Amino acid sequence: MSEYKGVWVFSEKYDLTLEMLGKGREIADKLQTELASVFAGYDVQEKASELIKYGADKVYLIDNPALEHFQAEAYLSILHNLTANYKPDILLIGSTKNGKSLAARLATRLEKGCIPDCARLSIDKNRRLIGERITYGGNAVAKVTFRSKPQIATIPARAFEKLEPQDRSGEVIKLDVKIEEPKTEVVETKPLETSSVNIEEAEVIISCGRGLEKKEDKALLEELAKILNGQVGNSRPLAEDRKWFTEWVGLSGHKVKPKLYIACGISGVIQHVAGIRDSKMIVAINTDPEAPIFEVADYGVVGDLYEILPALTEALRKHLQ
Amino acid sequence: MKRIIVCLKQALDVSQLKVDPATRQLITVSAPKKISDFDKNALEEALRVREKIGEAEVYTITVSSEDAKATLREALAIGADKAYLVNDRSFQDIDTIGTAYILAEATKKIGEFDLVLCGEASLDSFSGLVGPRLAELLNLPLITSVRKLTVEGDTVVAERTLEDAYETVKAKMPALITVTREINQPRIPSLMMIMKASKKEIVTWTAADLNIQQEKIGAKIEVVEVLAPKTERKKIRITGENSAEIAEKLAKALIQEGVVGR
Repeated sequence: MSEYKGVWVFSEKYDLTLEMLGKGREIADKLQTELASVFAGYDVQEKASELIKYGADKVYLIDNPALEHFQAEAYLSILHNLTANYKPDILLIGSTKNGKSLAARLATRLEKGCIPDCARLSIDKNRRLIGERITYGGNAVAKVTFRSKPQIATIPARAFEKLEPQDRSGEVIKLDVKIEEPKTEVVETKPLETSSVNIEEAEVIISCGRGLEKKEDKALLEELAKILNGQVGNSRPLAEDRKWFTEWVGLSGHKVKPKLYIACGISGVIQHVAGIRDSKMIVAINTDPEAPIFEVADYGVVGDLYEILPALTEALRKHLQ
Repeated sequence: MKRIIVCLKQALDVSQLKVDPATRQLITVSAPKKISDFDKNALEEALRVREKIGEAEVYTITVSSEDAKATLREALAIGADKAYLVNDRSFQDIDTIGTAYILAEATKKIGEFDLVLCGEASLDSFSGLVGPRLAELLNLPLITSVRKLTVEGDTVVAERTLEDAYETVKAKMPALITVTREINQPRIPSLMMIMKASKKEIVTWTAADLNIQQEKIGAKIEVVEVLAPKTERKKIRITGENSAEIAEKLAKALIQEGVVGR
């Protein structure tokens, strides 16, 4: 399989592309091979050459009016064509919902393996890519590797850091690829409210669970969030069971990694914990001293969030003024 | 009459998994199995589509071992008309590529269909690959992460949950849809439905029945290690006479840790 060479990255999201270039650079250097990015869009020449500053040696650019918006079959045909022709050793695809299904479909066309949602990557002694991913509902981390090439892995947002842009030399190669007709039609796109989008980037998150008695009481968390310049979140039952909110923090919702995560009235089921595991510091407030959230918390308070939260808000307001 | 095929996975009930604290190995042998939650939503959605359009056949398929019959029986009780179990000794070492290929061959053998519904991902491995792979193998339009589904004539309209938007997508049927858990609340079968289900048919197919080519189902990935994550947390309990005292201690600790303020 030595004909397979090079590390490639692709995402329809620009930031995620840069993050994967950061990690991709490290892997390519280790394997002493080149790092390339596939970049598709319309009128994106300038953005394409910027990728070199972020670590790419080569950028395969497909510039086409049909690519102005993400279109699964179009992107799939491009990636299929390029990977079949150039045979990269490793292909990292951004793990958005669209990116994940793109990776799965590409791997199927190529009859190859695919490892989704790798939050960590390494190279083993046989120069194979090893991806680490959360599995069994957050109960375990699996290390998985490939028996086929290209090794296709999908990479979640914010798993890796982008490099500082530098003046580097590299090459933008413009290609013309035959684009497949779409099988589906996007009728409407409604952006989500900004607050829910930002939670994955928040440095401080105050989150509530079943311990919250009324939807309106989330205001208690918001008070504290204001002082800490943070965001407010919630666990899945408040969204799925009580229908108070549309989103949640957890394995099946937003995976977060703030500096500080304060869990209020959250019992700490494994799926929730899997979504907050990468937080630098976790504080738990819960009335049940046996709640599993205390096992994964740095600081735990056995108490009622309705008493502790206002007091904590007051104390922090005083100290941080 | 329209026909809807629902792909089910018999997954480990991850909420009942235990970890050996000494080795961090998961103890999977004693963990019960059940229909993967997302797939139950897919089945429920198939039944709702049937109720809305008046008439449709709902078939379920699973690629699993013989013990999945209990799972399929549950699916029949919930409301599926017929269940297919594809089971073969040669399926021991398969990953998503093999599963999708077997499901594709089973679907082709069933013949005509209008919709294939899958869960967005499975409860245990959570990879979300099988649905898209199956769509590719069957050359179907694919709509993933669907939270709302409507069938209008020969068209399906679906609302997807993306990271930063809701997206409404249309496709001509037959199409493959993967659903999220927010799409519906699955029903619980009544005793009557459970009794009726015992009369429904479970068809068992082997690799030979589907002419499975062994080279198509070989695993392309390999699990090196599965361990419970290490938790390196401080686990400090903050106590005090009253809320104010506790809050004061906690506030000071957070400031000292450098996680609040500048």
